[in-house]
Amino acid sequence: MAYSEKLIDHYENPRNIGSLDKAADDVGTGLVGAPACGDVMKLQIKVGADGLIEDAKFKTFGCGSAIASSSLVTEWVKGKTLDEAQSIKNTDIARHLALPPVKIHCSVLAEDAIKAAIADYRAKASAKDETKAAD
Amino acid sequence: MTATTQIRRNDQPIYLDYQATTPMDPRVLEAMMPYFTTKFGNPASRSHAYGWEAEEAVEKARAQIAALIGADEKEIIFTSGATESNNLAIKGAAEFYKDRRNHIVTTVTEHKCVLDTCRHLEQQGFTVTYLPVQKNGLVDLAELEAAVTDKTVVVSVMAVNNEIGVIQPLAEIGRICRAKGAFFHTDAAQAVGKIPLDVEAMNIDLLSVSGHKIYGPKGIGALYVRRKPRVRLVALINGGGQERGFRSGTLPTPLCVGLGEACAIAMAEMGAETERLGQLRDRMLAGLTARLPEIFLNGDLEHRIPGNLNISFAYVEGESLMMGIKNLSVSSGSACTSASLEPSYVLRALGVEEELAHTSLRIGLGRFTTELEVDTAVEELVRNVSRLREMSPLWEMAQAGVDLKSIEWAAH
Repeated sequence: MAYSEKLIDHYENPRNIGSLDKAADDVGTGLVGAPACGDVMKLQIKVGADGLIEDAKFKTFGCGSAIASSSLVTEWVKGKTLDEAQSIKNTDIARHLALPPVKIHCSVLAEDAIKAAIADYRAKASAKDETKAAD
Repeated sequence: MTATTQIRRNDQPIYLDYQATTPMDPRVLEAMMPYFTTKFGNPASRSHAYGWEAEEAVEKARAQIAALIGADEKEIIFTSGATESNNLAIKGAAEFYKDRRNHIVTTVTEHKCVLDTCRHLEQQGFTVTYLPVQKNGLVDLAELEAAVTDKTVVVSVMAVNNEIGVIQPLAEIGRICRAKGAFFHTDAAQAVGKIPLDVEAMNIDLLSVSGHKIYGPKGIGALYVRRKPRVRLVALINGGGQERGFRSGTLPTPLCVGLGEACAIAMAEMGAETERLGQLRDRMLAGLTARLPEIFLNGDLEHRIPGNLNISFAYVEGESLMMGIKNLSVSSGSACTSASLEPSYVLRALGVEEELAHTSLRIGLGRFTTELEVDTAVEELVRNVSRLREMSPLWEMAQAGVDLKSIEWAAH
């Protein structure tokens, strides 16, 4: 299967591999996929006081397309607001990397991973707000 | 010409997929060449020297094939390859004996061309028993014996598995089949020339041979059909009645000659080659296990051809690993690159969990594999597995002591 140059570049030189402190209040973590299906993505975002995503990290178990998709979205979400990040579509990822049809699910998984990370961050933030309100 | 002659150009990746196909041995090509041009006769032409010359070459090849499996040359039928041989053996016997026997026994780890043939026969009204295999990939003889009845026409069990290289207990299976009056067919595409085969000692009635798996040409194979006691088959291809009526069509003389020569070379060199490949295989396995934790060999090590390794590299997905080891041509057990995203049905049949099946590679060594290639492959594998594990959330969790089975994964 011939992959695009962009995809191969993200596979060979993945951006933002690593982990952020899962327990930190300003970090949201998304873990999607399943080992039995052959791909698992962990995507984390760190949100600054100004509401912008200031850092993003990922780790992925999966094929080259899955690795490239998650690497790409960590680049895309940085500097964005949560709402902007939330609006990233799998079709944008698939188009950018020129994913072959059998690999579209990798881009879907990457979109799911951002959404899961944002949801985790928002859940933490609202839990904190409630704690504050209770004080 | 020695076994370690390099036939690979330096700009080509290292070929480690000898179960998929093999390069043709230059000695085979040399034997074939005259039969494309000057000795082009039709072996069925009885009236002139061109035909006699071609016939003589074809008959010599037939004898070379027969010698390798302990058969008589009259029992060898040329076909287009092992797929056709398997189809002819199973469909041909089933069709011929259908009034008396309508049951077939096979295993779940057979090659697709056997499984698909059996599926086809099921649609025609035959009953098929698909035997499971044990964790090491071998069939359970007691289960096989229990499955064979007086209605069983043919028991089809492959000699050597194409993915995991395990050798089935052929002599024991043959004994059971003979005692029960069922024919024993074995798909020996991966076994011929690699392990000693003897159709008499093993009570094999039908045996499929492939040319391109044994350093011969593609597009040619053979089927051994026992004469005493006689196995009868309904032909798949009708026509001029060549090959004792089992397989009509003009014989491709150069391909027949190539298959014969490939068999003769394999027969002469099997002992030394088994030894050499065994050492290379052990070197590779030792090199990998010394430097990579959590890797698992799939299939029995002892009952296995020396040219095959099938290894699960836990926490690293097979296709991403293949993308990294660009300089190595291997095959992924996860079949993720093909149309299907399912992991290998052979590995699943061994009870290998899907998680691990997705991380497996099939590494095939062969006649032209060198020690330097093995060492290079070990380096590339270690480097890439380590890099991808650093990138793997599963590896990270496992290192942190998280039980991956305790997590509720969302299957997608």
